[in-house]
Amino acid sequence: MQPKISALALSVVAAFTLSACGQKEEVKPAAAPAPGAAQKSETLIRIGHVAPMTGPQAHLGKDNENGARLAIEELNALGLEIGGAKARFELLGEDDQADPKQGTTVAQKLVDAKVNGVIGHLNSGTTIPASKLYFDAGIPQVSGSATNPTYTRQGFKTAFRVMANDVQQGKVLGEFAVKQGARSVAVVDDRTAYGQGLADEFRKAAEAAGLKVVASEYTNDKATDFKAILTKIKSKAPDLIFFGGMDAQGGPMVKQMAELGIKARFLGGDGVCTPEFMKLGGEAAEGQYCSLPGQPLEKLAKGPEFKDKFAKKFNTGIQLYAPYVYDAVMVMADAMKRAGSADPAKYLPELGKTRYDGVTALVEFDEFGDLKGGAISLYQYKGGKLEYVETLGGAAAPATEAAKAETAPAPAVTPAPADKK
Amino acid sequence: MDIFLQQIVNGLVQGSIYALVALGYTMVYGIMGLINFAHGEVVMIGTLTAITVAGSLLAAGMPPALAGLAALIVATLLCMALGWGLERIAYRPLRNAPRLTPLITAIGMSIILQNLAMILWGRNYQTFPPLFPKVNFELAGVHFTAVQVIIVLLSAATMLSLTLLVYRTKLGMAMRATAQNPAVAGLMGVNSNRVISAAFVIGSALAALAGIMVGAYYEIAHYQMGFMLGLKAFTAAVLGGIGNLLGAMAGGILLGLIEALGAGYIGDLTGGFLGSHYQDIFAFMVLIVVLMFRPSGLFGEKTGDRA
Amino acid sequence: MSIKNWLLPRSTVGIGLIAIALIALPFALATGGQAWVRIANFAILYVFLALGLNIVVGLAGLLDLGYIAFYAVGAYTWALLASPHFGLHLPVWAILPIGAACACVAGVLLGSPTLKLRGDYLAIVTLGFGEIVRIFMNNLNAPINITNGAQGITLIDPVKIGDFSFAGNSTIFGLTLSGPQKYYFLLVALALLVIVVNLRLQNSRIGRAWQAIREDEIAAKAVGINTRNVKLLAFAMGASFGGIAGGVFAAMQGFVSPESFSLIESVMILAMVVLGGMGHIPGVILGAVLLAILPEALRYGVAPLQQLLFGKVLVDPESLRMLIFGLALVLVMRFKPAGLWPAPERKAHGNPNPEEGRA
Repeated sequence: MQPKISALALSVVAAFTLSACGQKEEVKPAAAPAPGAAQKSETLIRIGHVAPMTGPQAHLGKDNENGARLAIEELNALGLEIGGAKARFELLGEDDQADPKQGTTVAQKLVDAKVNGVIGHLNSGTTIPASKLYFDAGIPQVSGSATNPTYTRQGFKTAFRVMANDVQQGKVLGEFAVKQGARSVAVVDDRTAYGQGLADEFRKAAEAAGLKVVASEYTNDKATDFKAILTKIKSKAPDLIFFGGMDAQGGPMVKQMAELGIKARFLGGDGVCTPEFMKLGGEAAEGQYCSLPGQPLEKLAKGPEFKDKFAKKFNTGIQLYAPYVYDAVMVMADAMKRAGSADPAKYLPELGKTRYDGVTALVEFDEFGDLKGGAISLYQYKGGKLEYVETLGGAAAPATEAAKAETAPAPAVTPAPADKK
Repeated sequence: MDIFLQQIVNGLVQGSIYALVALGYTMVYGIMGLINFAHGEVVMIGTLTAITVAGSLLAAGMPPALAGLAALIVATLLCMALGWGLERIAYRPLRNAPRLTPLITAIGMSIILQNLAMILWGRNYQTFPPLFPKVNFELAGVHFTAVQVIIVLLSAATMLSLTLLVYRTKLGMAMRATAQNPAVAGLMGVNSNRVISAAFVIGSALAALAGIMVGAYYEIAHYQMGFMLGLKAFTAAVLGGIGNLLGAMAGGILLGLIEALGAGYIGDLTGGFLGSHYQDIFAFMVLIVVLMFRPSGLFGEKTGDRA
Repeated sequence: MSIKNWLLPRSTVGIGLIAIALIALPFALATGGQAWVRIANFAILYVFLALGLNIVVGLAGLLDLGYIAFYAVGAYTWALLASPHFGLHLPVWAILPIGAACACVAGVLLGSPTLKLRGDYLAIVTLGFGEIVRIFMNNLNAPINITNGAQGITLIDPVKIGDFSFAGNSTIFGLTLSGPQKYYFLLVALALLVIVVNLRLQNSRIGRAWQAIREDEIAAKAVGINTRNVKLLAFAMGASFGGIAGGVFAAMQGFVSPESFSLIESVMILAMVVLGGMGHIPGVILGAVLLAILPEALRYGVAPLQQLLFGKVLVDPESLRMLIFGLALVLVMRFKPAGLWPAPERKAHGNPNPEEGRA
């Protein structure tokens, strides 16, 4: 008898745990309105947001979500009208744990919930597999932080990015290294998709500009000890050490450079352009260079204001990508407004034609869905602060100025938040 | 030459830390044949506790030396309590369970401790407060810091005293007896529960010490830092012959040196095919090669028949 | 014994019920969203993996902490042979066997030098092997680009049999099946295959040899079992199943990168085997389903429960989720040390003290 019972038990347990979970979920999307059916005075527009909320990058994930949340709340406060109905935006935050497998599960969840659009994911590693699901479902996706070029090169019309990608950034960093008078350079990367991509592009650009790459060393995104590779680099005496990776490694790395008596300057991408880098690098961070896509917040018309708003709302500083994620939401809302519909099929074509003056840049997309002429700004750590050095690459710098005059009276879909307050 | 010496110094410091952590694995394994997977997390808790204590005392205006001492005491006591509790709650009830059962428990405890730490200390990286003077020395082109010197000296002293404890005291004798044969040791009046508890407590105290060193050295801590460190230290313990104190120390130092020299020279030796991207697997490769020829590790006794 | 009874006519009712439940499941789940079908798919994939590992750990008693390596080999084999990366698009009946064969070779490569090691030494060596494979996949983009490094391989072909693709919707007998639902049936078929293989092995000569080695290797040797070859066979078989699972994973995801094959995955699969009940097929299935579903279920359960108890969300649901997961592992091991659903055979065969021994 026993076996029969156990067999039954298994099937029952399996079936019930699964279906029970399924039913629980059922309750939520039941409230989802059919997109496009906007006869009523209010349309609910649901926007998915995905970033890792657990794990080592959780602080960045939270930052991204805060950026999206701020945008959503402002859109709601503005009382934007889409297709004649008042739009109410809702954010569906999901955690992908920076794990590709979780990334697709969560993406499927958003597809099921029939969200009108997706912002994210944070990491290229999860964004790329998820983008296929969004593409198959025809849901537009705008990432504010996935910088791996592959993301927009898969032929998916739904994939957009409001940040310069690694190719654009690596190229500019290479040019900058030459401009700084460096003759020889050592390249270190953390073997992640991001770090490797950035370092490869940097190496190409640097070599093209006549720089000598004297050492290529590698670490990983969990390492804390870099003395072995730094010692090796020291023996080659480069003028500059380039690092493709994140702040958690970059900070200790500059410290260990100082301890080993390495005089070379340190240059990195957006991953090390964070308050965290300064905290972890301490005094050794002084004088080092890093880059951020776009222009510095302070230089941008809406930058300082965004910073204040963000600090006031969340009681914490901006970590890294929040302004880009904010812009990603705004760009999406802007396309919906122009299309007069939140139906993905209807506003997707408009998304491609975006010309939106955001916090971080004048957002226009090229044929791949990448930010057109993404400008990259360089910074130097000075006196415990990030000091703006210059903006390189892309025609965006002057374009922003010109565009402002041009587009000011035109659509101006989202009135500058200043008007509101 | 100075580059080579520098790599030796790098490896030695890293190896001392591995050795201290490896001792904790090896003591527990030697006595009860258990891989305490959560040991790395004890190190992490030690580092984070020290950061909190020292940080708040420094902020309250206490001189660094005193704050450091207080942090050391509090972190060590807390970790000892943690080690005792781990054994008591998680492992003791499983003494006679199938061999893999405590391994899964250990993995579970590791997950629990990591997530508790994340809730308590947050997800952000923590910086270690400046307890030690920032002094850089240079000797024949080799750079090293005061902290590095302290680490090597302190771990050497710790290992020496541990060896004395195990080979010169009554508790040590009881430990060795229990490791040999728990039943017979019991007949000779050894309370094996107390001995096992003692092994956990001592191992955890070493973990706390290692944690503070890691923290002071890299000046960075994070709730996930324990896992990889634990794994490397465990590799070191196996390399030396798990269950053997001398083996753990030698294995630790050796592993540190292999990593430093590997990262430094393998690229040139293989014409760029293998480079420092393979740093993390040199350890494992050496381990596999060593175990192929000496299946019980470098210093392990031949115990094949007990398998 | 009990397992054999499953296949006897006596329990046709049981089998029938399972069959009905398995067929109905994807449709029931779909009402809650395709995401749940996808979660079920991953659960079955884990069942598949756990049963593969069960051959190594449960039947032969070899502690393997690097099982994910074979899964990775299978996934990359599929990715390289059916994606634009090399421009190859081989059909499924060619890739899956190749993937299984590659994983099998990897298993033998790992096994032959290491199988004479004692239990815990073997554990750390296999763990190291898992890391070695992952790190190689992460770095084999230079000097020759084989794996595309950390960038991973994208646009991988879905499983296709003739013109029938497993991606996207298709209609069969008037029934519309979504992509995840089709994969569900494929995975169930594969899982049934591995269950049958497991069952057949368990009661075969080889299976008994494995069990003999598990219980007492020296005695096994003494009765004339070629322990080395038999152990190697366990490794190779387990690895082949890992390879097949990896292939299906690559096809299902459409993207592979080394991140998916980290050490923690190996640990998870081992936890499934041990938690459910080593060597006992229904137990392993239960363990795999539970551990695959638990984190997802907690995702929905944690925040509302806190609301209910404290009136607000005190701790991030995501942090609590893993905490509860760890706690569950510890508690189950504490109160059911042989797993949730251990094999009843042990008692039946009159081994009063199943001391599998501290290695």
